[in-house]
Amino acid sequence: MLGDEAIAQAAIDAGVSGVYAYPGTPSTEIMEYVQVSDQAKELQIRSLWSANEKTAMETALGMSYAGKRAMVCMKHVGLNVAADAFINSAITGANGGLVVIAADDPSMHSSQNEQDSRFYGKFALLPILEPGNQQEAYDMTYYAFNLSEQLRLPVLLRITTRLAHSRSGVEVKPLRAQNTLQLPGNLRQYVLLPAIARKQYKALLGKQDAMEIEAEQSGFNQYFEGENKRMGLVVCGLAYNYVMENYPDRKCPYPIFKIGQYPVPRQMMNRLYEECDSILVLEDGYPIVEELLRGMLDKGKLIRGRMDGALPRDGELNPNLVASALGLPVSVGNPIPGIVRNRPPKLCDGCGHTDAFLALNEAMKKYGKGRVFSDIGCYTLSALPPLESINSCVDMGASITMAVGAADAGLIPAVATIGDSTFTHSGMTSLLDAINNKAPITVLILDNSTTGMTGGQTSSAFGKIEDICKGLGVEEEHLHIIRPLRRYHDENVEIIKKELEYHGVSVIIPRRECIQTLNRRMRQKASARKLAKS
Amino acid sequence: MKKDIILAGVGGQGILSIAACIGLAALAENLFLKQAEVHGMSQRGGAVQSHLRIASDPIASDLIPEGKADLIISVEPMESLRYLPMLHRNGWIISSMNPFVNIPDYPQVEVVLDEIWKQNRYITLDADAIAKECGSVKSANIVVLGAASPFLDLKYETLQNAVMQLFASKGDDIVELNLKALQAGKEYALKHS
Ligand SMILES: Cc1ncc(C[n+]2csc(CCOP(=O)(O)OP(=O)(O)O)c2C)c(N)n1
Repeated sequence: MLGDEAIAQAAIDAGVSGVYAYPGTPSTEIMEYVQVSDQAKELQIRSLWSANEKTAMETALGMSYAGKRAMVCMKHVGLNVAADAFINSAITGANGGLVVIAADDPSMHSSQNEQDSRFYGKFALLPILEPGNQQEAYDMTYYAFNLSEQLRLPVLLRITTRLAHSRSGVEVKPLRAQNTLQLPGNLRQYVLLPAIARKQYKALLGKQDAMEIEAEQSGFNQYFEGENKRMGLVVCGLAYNYVMENYPDRKCPYPIFKIGQYPVPRQMMNRLYEECDSILVLEDGYPIVEELLRGMLDKGKLIRGRMDGALPRDGELNPNLVASALGLPVSVGNPIPGIVRNRPPKLCDGCGHTDAFLALNEAMKKYGKGRVFSDIGCYTLSALPPLESINSCVDMGASITMAVGAADAGLIPAVATIGDSTFTHSGMTSLLDAINNKAPITVLILDNSTTGMTGGQTSSAFGKIEDICKGLGVEEEHLHIIRPLRRYHDENVEIIKKELEYHGVSVIIPRRECIQTLNRRMRQKASARKLAKS
Repeated sequence: MKKDIILAGVGGQGILSIAACIGLAALAENLFLKQAEVHGMSQRGGAVQSHLRIASDPIASDLIPEGKADLIISVEPMESLRYLPMLHRNGWIISSMNPFVNIPDYPQVEVVLDEIWKQNRYITLDADAIAKECGSVKSANIVVLGAASPFLDLKYETLQNAVMQLFASKGDDIVELNLKALQAGKEYALKHS
């Protein structure tokens, strides 16, 4: 199983009643697994995509309120979107088990940054689990529901791309029954009026010791003896595998404190600190544990890690980086020959986005470069040659509002391009701002009728975009649906040109199904036909 | 037994099918398996790789250490070169010779092949032509898998079974085609290694 699949199966087995998510690499496959699982269907586990991570988090919180177990999954930046709900869910607490999965992307394989979700866990004062392999991903998810119900708090499980997208065998546990509907004992628990919230917050603070004790006793934090006390290793999550990879007999000479659950138990850390002359901290993501250990003044024992150059400050760890930090010889292969060229990802042949941007490029010629704010999705690839159409990609929904701000500053016309799924994720409120501002911007909602970049999940926007725009107040004469096809190129250029001249909000919707989902549908149809024949 | 394999290609070329076949075969032989895949952004026509590790003992890391891969199996010649730093000095490159040109500055294919041929151990094959002879160019990835089969320390029959399992849902014709492709790749490798 993929790490993602192990998490999904564990949730099913742990008696989850609903899984909520918005797609995002590397977390997408968790929900996709539940959606195609016959077992999940039989158990009537609710598993539809949400409009964004915040709505997913809130829906899960609602299910937990009603006493049932819920899980919510997102990529790391999704937790920024869900943060308001997430942080406050620590104050309300959980009724049914509530597990939040955040999938980090160190090395930014498919993301805008490599933020470390453990910060959010600490920020919210919640327990965090960090699996080091697929089996732990399963075991910890299963355990997380218990922990959540025991502490009456949401639990954060943090994974990274490497674990999410790598496969290994996993042993599963027995299926637990789902919870029955059960209101919280205190019907004010979720009413965060200051007077109540103050009490709840104190209760949360009061649970911190229990969280630490649980982290010491659960078995997910382990201490391994080692004879050579010149160095002690603090190893979080996956990094443990990279240490072991460097000792073919799987015997590391140094004592190891392996962390899989937070808050880090101080007693275990203290033992390592007292036993060893120096400490090496190995963690994927930010140097969180390392920073804690060093403290502000770093006047204790020698501590090495990402902050002193023993390991790079950014990017994911790997066996060789860990080898060199351990002072072991590092194997090298031959260098990459100079003739090898980069091969960046690009828009598919036959993608409607290409035709939309070709038309936009031509219409924009008159105004020059630097006016197109964009967003996150396949269409972000239009920043690269040959199109080089767009000038921003920051966070989902930012295109429209950045265009409003730039227009306020005098950049007129300003253009926003945003995908259909991104539009319903976070673009609708942006468009409302634009309309209330009467901003002179032209918005292209690139409608390929799917969430393309993450593999073609159902888009919440499907069939609703025009009505949403009209409802928000876009004037009908400035709302156009165009066909992004070469044969309509001139026509499309004219429409865009005209709207660029309009001093108000225009919305143009280039609409053509994603070539990938179209091909997939055709293949499915063909094999269904074959099956029917035979 | 332990084989560390880098699979290389361009998004959409079918390296995950190769990985799935080797994975199924490894499980059938009761081996341990770890496979790090690439999903997301780079699947859009970008360079993709997968780390596949099979062994009779438990495997620690999902990633193969640099300079330690036993094999690079590549469905595209330039992509096989991109992962040279991963390959052990005595490792093998098994690569298709058919370039996938989707960038404007793709080098001359002769130059690319020359670079492969400068390496210690390699098998390069015209996988497209061999696949076409078997019935469809679409099975080129399985031809390359066939060419790698003598180096995998897996029984050929378990690989055949894996191919059957993987393509079973697509009908008997497709299964036959891919078994032929597997065999043709294997024969080529045995003649040319
Ligand atoms: C907050 C957040 N959630 C999820 C993602 C992951 N993500 C990046 S692009 C994308 C899909 C966008 O779909 P759409 O806007 O329809 O554009 P398309 O890729 O189909 O062109 C998603 C879900 C992200 N980058 N940020």
